[in-house]
Amino acid sequence: MAEIAPQKQTNVPKQPDEEVISPWREAWKGFRRNKLAMVGMGIVLFFILLAIFAGVIAPEGINDQKLSERLQSPSASHWFGTDDFGRDILSRIIYGARISLWVGFFAVLGSAAIGSLLGLIAGYYGRMVDTIISRIFDIMLAFPSILLAIAVVAVLGPSLRNALIAIAIINIPNFGRLVRSRVLSVKQEEYVMAARAVGMRDTRIIFSHVLPNSLAPIIVQGTLAIATAILEAAALSFLGLGAQAPQPEWGKMLADSRQYIIQAPWTVFFPGLAIMLTVLGFNLLGDGLRDALDPKMKK
Amino acid sequence: MLAYTIRRLLMLIPVLFGMTLIVFFMIRAIPGDPAQVILGQQATEEAIKSLTKQLGLDQPWYIQYVDYIKGLFTGDLGTSLRTSSEISGEIWPYLAATLELSLVAMVIAIFIGVNAGIISAWFQNSWFDYTAMVLALVGVSMPVFWLGLMEQWAFSLELGWLPSTGRENVRNPVEAITHLYLIDTLIQGRMDQFVEVVRHLILPGIALGTIPMAIIARMTRSSMLEVMRSDFVRTARAKGTRMFWVVYKHSLKNAFIPVLTVIGLQMGLLLGGAILTETIFGWPGIGRYIYDAIGFRDYPVIQSGILIVAVIFVFINLIVDLLYAAIDPRIKYN
Repeated sequence: MAEIAPQKQTNVPKQPDEEVISPWREAWKGFRRNKLAMVGMGIVLFFILLAIFAGVIAPEGINDQKLSERLQSPSASHWFGTDDFGRDILSRIIYGARISLWVGFFAVLGSAAIGSLLGLIAGYYGRMVDTIISRIFDIMLAFPSILLAIAVVAVLGPSLRNALIAIAIINIPNFGRLVRSRVLSVKQEEYVMAARAVGMRDTRIIFSHVLPNSLAPIIVQGTLAIATAILEAAALSFLGLGAQAPQPEWGKMLADSRQYIIQAPWTVFFPGLAIMLTVLGFNLLGDGLRDALDPKMKK
Repeated sequence: MLAYTIRRLLMLIPVLFGMTLIVFFMIRAIPGDPAQVILGQQATEEAIKSLTKQLGLDQPWYIQYVDYIKGLFTGDLGTSLRTSSEISGEIWPYLAATLELSLVAMVIAIFIGVNAGIISAWFQNSWFDYTAMVLALVGVSMPVFWLGLMEQWAFSLELGWLPSTGRENVRNPVEAITHLYLIDTLIQGRMDQFVEVVRHLILPGIALGTIPMAIIARMTRSSMLEVMRSDFVRTARAKGTRMFWVVYKHSLKNAFIPVLTVIGLQMGLLLGGAILTETIFGWPGIGRYIYDAIGFRDYPVIQSGILIVAVIFVFINLIVDLLYAAIDPRIKYN
């Protein structure tokens, strides 16, 4: 057999376009170019920092009441004014960021974990398992989501924890369907077939090949779902089915201040603005991540 | 098309069956004794026993379920614990109020959303395009209940232009025939009442229609942009067709399929989302009916209300799917 002569090493510098860039770095480069996405990330980071450093930033405590200063309009001493108990609205909004982000993040984490697992199982094993799981998803999606959340809270009883559980439950099918469809396409890839051919166990194939390759859409869906979850949690609290007084949850603050809207509209304006900005931030961030991580989903 | 319709209807059966199961088990999922929870801690043993019997909870679950399904087939939605009336007899006025509000919200959303999307695509990268799309982004993120309260404050309480709550002028009540007040007032030729009903519909209609409006505007814009770059549009323009007709006739017709899907989906979601708008504007709709029932732990009403809304939601989605297949014949072959 003729020996192939080793190729002579040349010291030609690598062209920048030949550089191997990991898909995640490529995505980050694309993401950075998207101005709206960067604005979204800025808003989200702002609220995360507010939540983490609430104790340092907030000018007053959550429930510091000064009845002599009740329903004061925005001023230098109370930037967002005070509520009917004389509590500083800005401070309550800052602390409220903790609750909204906490509910949004953990509700989505729960639904993403359960939904992805069910989606993986349905997509990977197919047949009867797939039929059963997919039909359950269909049935859950047949209910308008906020109504299903209300039903769950009506059964479990009104509280912030139960609102979180309700939001997690209603979002399960969204993740499940997404991951299932992703698995169906990944399953056909050669590396998965090869893994199967060398006798790799199903669970290992699922967790070391199929799941990592489905991660991008899960992250995108997760970010957008946090926006919806925050909105749903605020809606449930507004209806009196989520956070209970005196928790400074934004939706609850809105509901409690409703009756003072004529004399003190700022008590309603600022908590609502906080909800809208946070949701907008996560929506912009999610849109940006989708464009960067999964251009096929762009539409 | 008939075969496709039958197939889609058959696919609905397991979904509807599953929905009844979820709603049926809702009351049984209450931690502890449901009758005790409904009646509260002060309830006597006798009252608990009587309610358990009334709700059929003393039977094995499968018998309860069969009875429940039998009841549904005969139009029996149960009895309200609060009013002691048949739910099927009292639900229609609430449902009609929600349907009227949702339809008006959808008309507002479609009219503004579709036109804003078209003009944005037509004048891409113009100030109108940027403004409309920023507003649409904000609209998608808007808490409906906050928008409703702000509208109420500005246009009703401060400016006094529009009524803040209710469906009608209580001093000049509408005589209900269909319970769809716009139709009822027209049938009776009461234009004064018709105007009042329209005035009551504006604020909740806009609040409820904002999110669908934003989503429709975004979808119309992206869909129109795609179609307006296609060859047939270029040909139409090359032939000298006026731009207005190129946009509104040639392009819109082709761009409308994805927009229609979004409209259908949003219509269904409006029914569920109406609960928040109805709470703010004191609108006596199905959302408000369910919400009030939660306060009174009136589980039969909660169950039936949710089931009815969900069934309507499913059928709206079915109609959209069928319309979609009728417009784009490729769908039914997949």
